[in-house]
Amino acid sequence: MTNERPILRLERVTKRFGGMTAIDDLSFDVRCGSRTALIGPNGAGKTTVFNIVTGAVPIDAGSVFVDGKDISRVASRRRIAHGVARSFQNVRLMPHLTTLENVMVGQHCRNAGLFGVLQPVNLWPHNRWREAARAALTDAGLERYAGATVKNLPYGVQKRVEVVRAMMAKPHLLLLDEPAAGLNSTETEALQRLLERICDNGAVTLLVVEHDMHFVGATCDEVIVLDFGRKIAEGTPTEIRANARVQEIYLGTPVTDATERRHAARSA
Amino acid sequence: MSGYLEGVLVLLAVNVVFAYGAFLPVAAGQLNLGLAGFAAIGAYASAFLSNTYGVTPVLAIAVGGIAAGLIALVVAVPVLRTRGIYLALATFALGQIVQATLLNLEVVGGAAGYPVTAFIRLPTIALFAAGVVVVVALLFATRFGIAVTAVHDDERVADLMGLDVRAFQIAAFTLGSIIAGIGGGLYAHHFSFIEAQYFNIGLSITIVLYVLLGGTQTVLGPLIGAVVFTLLPEILRGSANWRYVLFAAAVIVLMALRPQGLVTGEQIRRLLGLDRHGIRQAEIAREPAA
Repeated sequence: MTNERPILRLERVTKRFGGMTAIDDLSFDVRCGSRTALIGPNGAGKTTVFNIVTGAVPIDAGSVFVDGKDISRVASRRRIAHGVARSFQNVRLMPHLTTLENVMVGQHCRNAGLFGVLQPVNLWPHNRWREAARAALTDAGLERYAGATVKNLPYGVQKRVEVVRAMMAKPHLLLLDEPAAGLNSTETEALQRLLERICDNGAVTLLVVEHDMHFVGATCDEVIVLDFGRKIAEGTPTEIRANARVQEIYLGTPVTDATERRHAARSA
Repeated sequence: MSGYLEGVLVLLAVNVVFAYGAFLPVAAGQLNLGLAGFAAIGAYASAFLSNTYGVTPVLAIAVGGIAAGLIALVVAVPVLRTRGIYLALATFALGQIVQATLLNLEVVGGAAGYPVTAFIRLPTIALFAAGVVVVVALLFATRFGIAVTAVHDDERVADLMGLDVRAFQIAAFTLGSIIAGIGGGLYAHHFSFIEAQYFNIGLSITIVLYVLLGGTQTVLGPLIGAVVFTLLPEILRGSANWRYVLFAAAVIVLMALRPQGLVTGEQIRRLLGLDRHGIRQAEIAREPAA
């Protein structure tokens, strides 16, 4: 199920860190219901795009639209209520909370205010928020870890818990920063099945930063390629693999050669 | 009950209350080294109410706590803008300001101290202490407990998850100050005499030590810490003045061997059988593909 309005639109966004332009007049659309990958060499600005969309870093110019609404000036804290949730490149679960409590953190934006904050979620086991969090873990095949201290969990499980936590906010747009990095093949398959289930009904759009092109090919239907903070290509995974320019700067050519050419292109 | 024993138990109960006053901001990732100042506000405000207006001690103590909380709320907004060591210094300065103000406030005796006529005994104080423990434990069984721990663990992620980080920090700081104020009021109405010099930085640091040594991760930590480290110097009393050396040595040994404090959440979950998978590492390693 897809409709015409893009779930995410970046319009001429620029972000500078000191003298370095991380994102350079970047515009792109993410189609609603798609599974879009954001790829590019190291330092291309992929994670910066995530930080811009979630409001973690302010932008110098341009606009960010989520579901047609300009959220460029919306505080980072309020963006999750606009339907944007994310996971992190290095797992960032709360080490002093259990797996279940970490997942419950994701419910916060749906249960805020004084009444929500005073919900006795840990007082009796059948509190409805607690039950909902447990059901989400069960759905992801992770219920056996509910009471565990997160630092004791295998890395692949932590990565999936992070996805479940983000999904508790019921986002329309889920940003995943290198979800498959550091996972073995079994863990990657488990992650893919989880994402498959999340995207099943088309209500959630995925935007994924990923280096693993096998993962991108298996999970995503659209690819946007960044280099030096600019969009240099977009299309289906097959089209991107065939794109000569992408091959040149990203996929095949020797690194030294490609780097030289990129520097030449930049100074030109 | 001997006077000595009652004195020790009252001090124990008051220290437990103080410890929870320090625990709340620590649980939100903030060190309040001005806690003695808020205890002093509670002590002096409640003593003034019961001395001057004949308010019953229990009510006066509650109002004293609220007074400490109101002042905390006002100063929290600028003070909590600072971070880490600067926050510790700012709260330290806050405690010094309160102490210096009280030293110069003649209406409550100034440097000569302030006698308190109303008197409460151990049962009342123990009830207050138990009440504080129960209220904080209940509070941490709500989403507030999860939110505050999330803010403590990772402010940035907490913010992206929609948590109002500053609001939770201010709430924890203010609630902690109310509790410290109540502790001050209890102290004032049992020992019948208060002086500003008592509420010094040494008191603030001792209270924070109870929490750090007891453990900051669970609501039981401050209770254990306050009990152990109030009673330890009393038990060591036989060794005369060496007890201070032994006490300090015990603190250093504990810090070195168990920096996370005496009790942790993981430990409690294991004891209660909730963290079944946390202990069976082997089982986790054999995680099935499904």
